[in-house]
Amino acid sequence: MGNSVKPRLTRVFRVACVVTLTLGTVVAARADDMMVGKTIATQGTAKGVAACISCHGAKGEGNAAGGFPRLAGVNAAYLSEQLSAFASGERQSTIMQPFANLLSSNGRSAVALYFSSLPVPTGIRSNDNPSVKPSDLGAWIATSGRWDQGLPACIQCHGPGGVGVGTVFPPLAGQPALYIENQLHGWKKGARPPGPMALMPVVVSKLSDADITAVAAYYAGNAASPTSAATVGSKQ
Amino acid sequence: MIRQTWWHKALNLKTGMFLVYGALNGIAYAADPSTPQVTAKSSSSAPAKPFTPPAEATMPTNDFGKSIKLGEQIFTHTQEFAGKYVGNSLNCASCHLDAGRKPNSSPLWAAYLVFPAYRSKNGHVNSFAERMQGCFRYSMNGKAPPLGDPVLVALETYAYWLAKGAPVGEKLPGQGYPKLAPPAQKADYTRGSQIYAQSCALCHAADGQGQSSGGKTVFPPLWGAHSFNWGAGMGEIQNAAGFIKANMPLGLGGTLTDQQAWDVATFMDSQDRPQDPRYSGSVEATRAKYHNSPHSMYGQTVNGKVLGAP
Repeated sequence: MGNSVKPRLTRVFRVACVVTLTLGTVVAARADDMMVGKTIATQGTAKGVAACISCHGAKGEGNAAGGFPRLAGVNAAYLSEQLSAFASGERQSTIMQPFANLLSSNGRSAVALYFSSLPVPTGIRSNDNPSVKPSDLGAWIATSGRWDQGLPACIQCHGPGGVGVGTVFPPLAGQPALYIENQLHGWKKGARPPGPMALMPVVVSKLSDADITAVAAYYAGNAASPTSAATVGSKQ
Repeated sequence: MIRQTWWHKALNLKTGMFLVYGALNGIAYAADPSTPQVTAKSSSSAPAKPFTPPAEATMPTNDFGKSIKLGEQIFTHTQEFAGKYVGNSLNCASCHLDAGRKPNSSPLWAAYLVFPAYRSKNGHVNSFAERMQGCFRYSMNGKAPPLGDPVLVALETYAYWLAKGAPVGEKLPGQGYPKLAPPAQKADYTRGSQIYAQSCALCHAADGQGQSSGGKTVFPPLWGAHSFNWGAGMGEIQNAAGFIKANMPLGLGGTLTDQQAWDVATFMDSQDRPQDPRYSGSVEATRAKYHNSPHSMYGQTVNGKVLGAP
């Protein structure tokens, strides 16, 4: 036993050195990307990309009045993918397409990494009331869906509280109501590409305008009471 | 209420038809010898309108209603509300969609009606509570709550309420998981793995371990240490195929062909998972006693490994 301990320790030490060096390189590269991303986000670029924060908020928290989404704490791969889709025109946006096109692929990844590293804004929805009533339309669709129409609940893919899951299912919590409404209507109109497995076009085909308004209000954090949800819905 | 009235009338007129549809749809529970045996062609040939359980808004709010509500919460947040009996990352609602309401997803309202029942799985008449003990022991890879435990009482209360107005002793359309006709081509692991990559891995991950968020399971693990164990019904390929055909991918149920459902179910049920709690110390003996079926891969060799071997 005693004889084998020393060589093993030496081997462990060597492996540890290699791991540390590799990790060190990765961490340094990540820090570089982060700085590049931060510069783009806060100052824009010489080529004419505007500072992201001028619309998306100083902390990436989004802008409710303009319907500009929160980027803070959103998965980097998801954000990067969206920037590529804007650049190719696959995801339509007159505002975002020129900016996305002016960024290199590396620039898009870097700015995505930067925003993903920012803390999720405090005070947004992070869980669901365990006993939602069906009359609370937005909360009900979010947490139970409407399975007699084959409509899954939002939380079944976007996670409890709509906090987002993995690289594919973005957070809904803390997104401006106007942004969520625009996206859902965008899928209805074909302005947003179908996305993975074309899940969302099927989902929106089962949502009325009133449903969309109610569920957007729920995730914007000011989930409407039954009466106000109905009032808002009737404006459509 | 209109639907229920329609349904009651239809039942009076067409009880025979319902029994036929019930036999077509029912698979997860031991057959009652008095139920007409019908050779199933395909689940898609049963157009019957399913029973509609009471609307959520009509749930009573008295002390009885509180037990119904607790049962519903246990059902949808099993770890949170019945954690001491749960040994994996699943919820009851992982396989019984829409909080146990969805037809063809082994709905609670249909299960409630067909117990007590003789089950060949354990060779005696099982109460509904005992059936649910089996869910905890196998599907939840946990411990069976003792009979009379508040967890079982609340779940039974919830199931009873969902079944309100339905005929006791009958297998209703939508009961269990659909029984698919045998596949045209022998179900195949490799084809299944391709379907898995295309249609399942987005949510359940390439390694089948699912995904969680904020510490809560969102997409359940399909195999491995945190999934159901070898004693669970979902480990039998015909059950998994029926569930997948009717319900997967989530929101796109019915889009896979029967063949694809058989293939991907075979792939899923040919993976490692926690040991059958009835394991006797020998995989061969355990297979012979509990898994002696072409629908179970327990004890079979896949990719050079004997499934179920410690």
